[in-house]
Amino acid sequence: MSTDALREPTSATAQDPLELRPPRSEWQMSYRRFYRHKAAVVGLSILIIISIGAIFADVIAIEPEATFYSFDELQTKKWLPPLTDGHLLGTDDIGRDVFSRVVRGSRVSLRVGFFAVGIASIAGTLFGLAAGYFGGWIDQMVSRAIDVMLAFPDLLLAIAILAALGPSLVNAMVALGLAGIPGYARVVRGATLAARELVYVQAARAVGMSDTRIMLRHILPNVLSPILIMMTLGLGGAILAASALGFLGLAADPPTPEWGSELNLSRAYLRTAWWVSTSNGAAIAITVLSVNMVGDGLREALDPQASSWAR
Amino acid sequence: MGGYIIRRLLYTIPVVLGVLTTTFILLRLIPGDPVDLFYLGGQDPSGTVSFVVTPSQQSAYDALRREFNLDKHIVHQFFIYLWDFVRFDFGKSIRSQRPINEIIGDHWPATIQLTLAGMGLALFIGIGAGVISAIRHHTWIDYASQSFAVFGVSIPSFFLGVILVMIFSVGLGWLPAISNGHGKELILPGITLGTAASAILARLMRSSMLDVLSRDYIRTARAKGLRERAVIWLHALRNALIPVVTVAGLAFGGLLTGTVIIESVFTRQGLGLQLIDAITQRDYPVVQGLVMLAALLYAGMNLVVDVLYTYIDPRVRLVRASV
Repeated sequence: MSTDALREPTSATAQDPLELRPPRSEWQMSYRRFYRHKAAVVGLSILIIISIGAIFADVIAIEPEATFYSFDELQTKKWLPPLTDGHLLGTDDIGRDVFSRVVRGSRVSLRVGFFAVGIASIAGTLFGLAAGYFGGWIDQMVSRAIDVMLAFPDLLLAIAILAALGPSLVNAMVALGLAGIPGYARVVRGATLAARELVYVQAARAVGMSDTRIMLRHILPNVLSPILIMMTLGLGGAILAASALGFLGLAADPPTPEWGSELNLSRAYLRTAWWVSTSNGAAIAITVLSVNMVGDGLREALDPQASSWAR
Repeated sequence: MGGYIIRRLLYTIPVVLGVLTTTFILLRLIPGDPVDLFYLGGQDPSGTVSFVVTPSQQSAYDALRREFNLDKHIVHQFFIYLWDFVRFDFGKSIRSQRPINEIIGDHWPATIQLTLAGMGLALFIGIGAGVISAIRHHTWIDYASQSFAVFGVSIPSFFLGVILVMIFSVGLGWLPAISNGHGKELILPGITLGTAASAILARLMRSSMLDVLSRDYIRTARAKGLRERAVIWLHALRNALIPVVTVAGLAFGGLLTGTVIIESVFTRQGLGLQLIDAITQRDYPVVQGLVMLAALLYAGMNLVVDVLYTYIDPRVRLVRASV
């Protein structure tokens, strides 16, 4: 008999008020809490649609990447309002299909967001783990560095790093990633300090397990929930910050369909063709909104006590 | 009390030193120094483009290097930089040759006005919406304000600015799309800047207020027959504000940096616009001066918040005095 059959309540016991249900792990409980949070599920669905759009951008975008028109052609092609000639969101000042551009833009924004969050969370977690676990001079050094980096207002640090590296899309990813490190390092350090004293961590040390193994196998799983929550909310923040850098002209160069820089360039003809700015802006807002909704749900699911929404 | 403030002030010193060092190192990481970049013009300084200083330029080039102390050893440069900082001399622009103090002097009012407008709005809306949300817990007004809180942090400020311009400047023609002064010109930029911060504060205020309203002393206040208005606004609000003060201090830094974006949207001649111009023109002394100024203002604001905190919540003073 398999273990599943043992756990499965049989029809005979179904009436029993003390009926045994299959055991549920911490993660399964979190999963249930997440799926009860309606906004989170809506956010996740939107995010999945956007991700599919980003993955299959070349199929979904009806127009080839570089489309150019002659001057005469352009007169009938530019600034077409939404829903004309098969252009769902109209065309821009050089006759390009806005919908295709926006779909391609999702690729840029998601890539920047994931990359920045990736750098920040991995490096921040490693620093935080090391500082919290080893203590001593390592902790002193990491903590002082965190203090200094957090002394810069968030976006300003990214702008300063970007100024040093030189404005470009790749550098914007790196700058946002570096600027995000201290936040993770501080949270992970605090959680590690608490986890270090747990009995089974002490036990692991007593049996002579290596520091690296203790940190990665026993402490990391304990500090994973705050990291996951920070990563999701940080993804929204990174996408927002990246588009802000794009808007300021510090990230993507013009032909790249980056939402922030597109919005900035299309402001010049806002009176004639409002839909270009609006489409790009709405794309950012919807993406960030859905990421934040998922983040809120995740926070409620993984950390029900600390959640401010659950009341 | 005094001892705490002194300790807190002393703690600020290493942080400021750290900020100064970071800014110094960051801007020395650039391939090529500011003078080379100046001679390169707008070209890419990645090292692939080699440039030649013609003999006729050589003396001017050397003079410029001397003027910016680039002929000296990097450690020497660092001490000159620290000494200049102590004298509040931020150096001068490599492009316009204007002293950075003068640039700051000309443009700071536009930025500070905008920051204060955003902060005022954020505090007013944030605290107001948060309190109402908590009192009218689980009613439509609570849900509306919660939705606003999620939406407010998700919409990019520059997009909000563009929408507001589209409606109130282009459409209705009520307010100017370009902003430089105060009064009427500050309405749209202020709303644009303050929305995200008010959303954050509203959310925090709501949960803090709900927490306080469930405390025993609130029950006591109600039981002794105090009017509900007095319970909320005198007893509950004062205690609920405590965590909000810290976040409001952090929000100040966000607003200060946010002005960079808002000034771009409304072509407002503040320090943010100067910073962006300096970055695109590779005018590094200006970038360095402005970044440092913002970091110092932020550090100062955090200091003020921490000290303020000990006045609002005496418990903090006791705990901190013991460490």
